[in-house]
This record gives sequence, structure tokens and C-alpha cells, in this order.
Amino acid sequence: MSENGEKIEVEGIVKESLPNATFRVEISPGKVILGIISGKMRIHHIKILPGDKVRLELSPYDLSKGRITYREK
Amino acid sequence: MIEIKTPGEIASMRKASRVVARTLERLRELVRPGVTTAELNAFAEKEIRGAGAEPAFLGYRGYPATLCVSINEEIVHGIPSEKRVVREGDLVSLDLGALCEGFYGDAALTVGAGNISGGARKLLAVAERSLELALEQVRPGARLGDVSSAVERFAVQNGMSVVREFTGHGIGRRLHEEPSIPNFGKPGTGPVLKAGMTLAIEPMLCLGRAEIIVRNDGWTAVSADGSLAAHCEHTVAVTEDGCEILSSSGEKAGGLL
Repeated sequence: MSENGEKIEVEGIVKESLPNATFRVEISPGKVILGIISGKMRIHHIKILPGDKVRLELSPYDLSKGRITYREK
Repeated sequence: MIEIKTPGEIASMRKASRVVARTLERLRELVRPGVTTAELNAFAEKEIRGAGAEPAFLGYRGYPATLCVSINEEIVHGIPSEKRVVREGDLVSLDLGALCEGFYGDAALTVGAGNISGGARKLLAVAERSLELALEQVRPGARLGDVSSAVERFAVQNGMSVVREFTGHGIGRRLHEEPSIPNFGKPGTGPVLKAGMTLAIEPMLCLGRAEIIVRNDGWTAVSADGSLAAHCEHTVAVTEDGCEILSSSGEKAGGLL
């Protein structure tokens, strides 16, 4: 998903922390997708906890997973 | 003046909207390369009449069909035709209304025929998501500008443009009632929503610029730069604790996201 302009940016709330730096993220009431932390956020050891508001980017080909690119504070 | 409907009236609208929603779900399966838009129209009319309702668009200000089928750069109000064949990769918007017990229901969705491009997928997902975000704003005490700006904000954030010439609308005894619901606006402005209002919210988004041209047939609105367009619509009622989507098909909640 390079800079091809196809990614979709959404916001959500982290519900649950899963193994391997993945999370369940609720993007609207009752709609939960899998969020994977971006490489850049891993490098900088940005911690994500349930309850955090995060920004995700999704590929239009698979909307059930997203890459977490930002933790709002 | 925005009319407040009684629970009984909303029940009639629910009936009409459900007919529309179920028909659209069936049509969704029929949209595939090779089908003509006239076939889709004929199917929609049969379904609606079969359910004991009347087509709402047929004859409305002289509109000649039951269904609006708008393909690719066509935004809304595409007139079905024997000659128009859906092709692989087309982005097809279906807009349908029904009249039942004196009340209207109105809904629209967009589907891809066969394999569609990444850009088209994105447009489709953003359109559906912007409608969801708009619906989340609907509750008593919210203002219409909150709903409008939710659509605009999300669409613009994702690089889409919002069509300004067409809007959502109140719905009920007539197909179009007060208020107009633009897909752009400022939060905290506009009329305050109250329980019992019934609204048809319909984001229309373009992948390119949002200028439109109406074709010579007097109906079909196309994007001026020929870019793809998508259109999603639900009829909703404002309830005490939020909103009820009247035009939900009852199956698994639609929408990709």
C-alpha cells in the first residue's frame, strides 16, 4: 500500500489488546476491525492501550484490517 | 417547518423503506457485467408492486422509470435503458423509492460490477462510511449541520469531493420535504433535530472534482470532469435515543466498513 492514494483513513477506539502488537479497534458502534501497529510506531515504542483513540489506514481491498498510524493524545 | 411523524406514520414509512431496502439487496446481486439497466428497472418495478407498494419515482416530475441507475461518472438520476449495458469494472449506483400506505421510503446504494479498480473501491468505501458517520450524528438535539459536516469532513479527509447541487431531504407524505440536507456544512448550524423527524440522508461523492453537468435528457447528472461518482442513501427516523434506519434490509448490516 505505497503512496498510491488508495488508502482510506478512519478513526477508532482501541477495545482490546491482542498478541503481536495487534488490537481490536472499534471504528463505529458495533463495528470492530483488526488494527496492526505501523512499523514506524513500533520503532518509536509508542504504546497503545485499550481506550486510546487511534487513526488507521485501510486498503480498499480488505476493510477488515487496518494499520494504526497515529495515537491521538 | 419540519413535520414530526407519529409512530404509526413511521411504521408506514418503515414498510415502504423495507420494500426498497430488500429490492436493492436483490438488485445488488443482479448487477453484473452484461445486464442492461432496463432489466434492473423492470425487476425493481416488479418487486415493488409485488410487495403491494407503488414506485415512487415513476412519473415524479415526469421521471420515466422506477429506478435510477447511474454508472461511473453519472452521479444520480441515470435513466434506465435497453441500450445501456453494465460492463466489467463499472461502478453502478442504484436509487429507488416506494410509496406504501401514503408514505414514502427512499434509499440508494452503489455496487461494483465484477472487478473494480482500487480507486473505485476506495470511493465506494468512503461513500458508505460517510453515510454511517452522518447517521451516527443523528439524534434529538443535534443540528443538521452536524450531519452535513460529518459527511464533508470524512470525504475531504480522504481526498473525495462532495456534490453540492444535490442534497438529502426530509421525507414522509411527500418524496421531498423540508429540510434540505446538504452533504457539506458547519457543525452547530441549521435546524435542531427532534424525535419523529424522518430524513433521507444521501452522500454523493466524486473521485475528482465535484462540478456537475446535467445531460440533454434533463435528468442524468454527470461529473464535469468525467470522474467516478458514488451515491449511498438511507431513510431514517430520529428516535429518542438516536436514529432508526428505516431502510435497513434486516439482513446483516450493509456497508463494507
